[in-house]
Amino acid sequence: MPDRIDIRARAAALRAAFEAAGAQLVETDVLQPAEVLLDLYGEDIRGRAYVTSDALRGEQMLRPDFTVPVVQMHMAHGAEPARYTYAGQVFRRQEDDASRPNEYTQVGYEVFDRENPVEADAEVFAIICDALGDQPLRAACGDIGLLLAAVAGLQTSERRKDALRRHIWRPRRFRALLDRYAGRTPVPAARAALLTAEDPFAAAGPDIGLRSRREVEARIAALREEAAIDPLSENEVALIDAILGVRENLPNALEQLLDIAVDMPAISASVERLARRMKALSKRGIDVDALDFEASYGRTSMEYYDGFVFGFHAASRPDLPPVATGGRYDALCRVLGQGRDIPAVGGVIRPDLLIQLEAGQ
Amino acid sequence: MSVKLGVPSKGRLMEKTFDWFGKRGIALSRTGSDREYAGKVEGIEGVELVLLSAGEIPRELAAGRIHLGVTGTDLVREKLGQWEQQVEPLAELGFGHADLILAVPNAWVDVNSLDDLDAAAAAFRQTHRFRLRIATKYHRLVRDFLRDQGVADYQLVDSQGATEGTVKNETAEAVADITTTGDTLRANHLKILGDATILKSQATLFRSRIAAANDQERAVIKELRKTLKLL
Repeated sequence: MPDRIDIRARAAALRAAFEAAGAQLVETDVLQPAEVLLDLYGEDIRGRAYVTSDALRGEQMLRPDFTVPVVQMHMAHGAEPARYTYAGQVFRRQEDDASRPNEYTQVGYEVFDRENPVEADAEVFAIICDALGDQPLRAACGDIGLLLAAVAGLQTSERRKDALRRHIWRPRRFRALLDRYAGRTPVPAARAALLTAEDPFAAAGPDIGLRSRREVEARIAALREEAAIDPLSENEVALIDAILGVRENLPNALEQLLDIAVDMPAISASVERLARRMKALSKRGIDVDALDFEASYGRTSMEYYDGFVFGFHAASRPDLPPVATGGRYDALCRVLGQGRDIPAVGGVIRPDLLIQLEAGQ
Repeated sequence: MSVKLGVPSKGRLMEKTFDWFGKRGIALSRTGSDREYAGKVEGIEGVELVLLSAGEIPRELAAGRIHLGVTGTDLVREKLGQWEQQVEPLAELGFGHADLILAVPNAWVDVNSLDDLDAAAAAFRQTHRFRLRIATKYHRLVRDFLRDQGVADYQLVDSQGATEGTVKNETAEAVADITTTGDTLRANHLKILGDATILKSQATLFRSRIAAANDQERAVIKELRKTLKLL
């Protein structure tokens, strides 16, 4: 573990570079109201963040990242377009791996600019890449918007699409849903019995709890409707699999996706956006041939990213977490802004890992 | 110094533990009055009996204050992160069987699996504007399980006792609790989700990997394992 003083100095230098590039310096509280974070991330956040409380303010969390407080600050009194930078500690519980620090420094750069999203994506990627210096890092990126577009374009019910969208970030359940909608897995016996029962409530016993009989009936109606619609076509499932299977450098990935888009026009706009982003990255001096693209990148670890995602990993140290990560989180802003549309993209660097890698050479 | 053996301090768990050791030639017993938590060990030299609440035994093992301890696997897994690195299970004792399960109201005829629970949770959140509440005292185990299974839109609420009553009292919509027979669940109009057995637990003899032991104590532990036929 590098010295804390060195980490702080490095963080200050990175932040100064972001400031010099035009970002406004912001600070946020270390203690954040738990409610907002819980509402956004669900119960999982309790496994990742430290929760504390007092009798007056109730539950609070030690800041697990800066994104949420920075977005809130921007919504409260930010003018658009805006660029922010910050540096400080974040806190993460590590109950399964004692070797990972539960407190570390992040330096971030966030852009709120609705004018030209792909330009903003490229700007954040390039400025992070530049700040990382000449460390031999492997850069990888993805675009969750592709999968979202593919789901939106499926020839099936809105209810199914909603269910799939809800589990985009939980690959295992997404797969299970896809298999079921495609008729690949048999209908569970209990459900089949429920749907054919003359009186589904014959053995129900008394109604207890907040979830009412009406809600149960509504779900049964939804299940009946679901049972009556056609399975997803094998072709559509194959196309989704093809998208998820794309793992290439960016130009080759784009070629593959253009081929897939011929059969699945719903993703055309997303693929076209990918092409424009690649051009924008290129124009900023990024070697796109050396940039990996994985369609499922960032699906498991970064729930609030819903478009462009990226990370920089130390090729020589696969045991380390990524040195820098980032992406577009419009959906998070929409939730925090209660429907207000606030396009945002950003990235963070971990100076401790950067110093560690430099020392290892 | 002697080898410290932690055993639940009361009830059936204590009696059954005493029986288990007794059958293997080591007599454990309580001494003094009923209220005094002191005990003695016969049949082996150098072992000291420490009577503790079963819930505290995992922590004492992890802190290295006792060398050996009898407690449920559920408690070890809930309370100790990376438990395998802190304790080693030596023997399953064949009693204190209990499953950590998820249960929902019988009246939820549409919910029979985790898949159903997840869908119901999504709809519940839309209707009620908050996440479906699951009452439990096994936060870590339940959360890890549900994350693994990809269930979303729920929240855990703490319940340290009478968990089965929380649904009727409308402080939770579902429960995650330990059960042996399921009778209490049925009596409270709840049913177990078939594919949601989170953990199968039983009373187990654990060895602390943390507790310091000198040569003499190590020899005693070896002797004990031999007597208990755990080598």
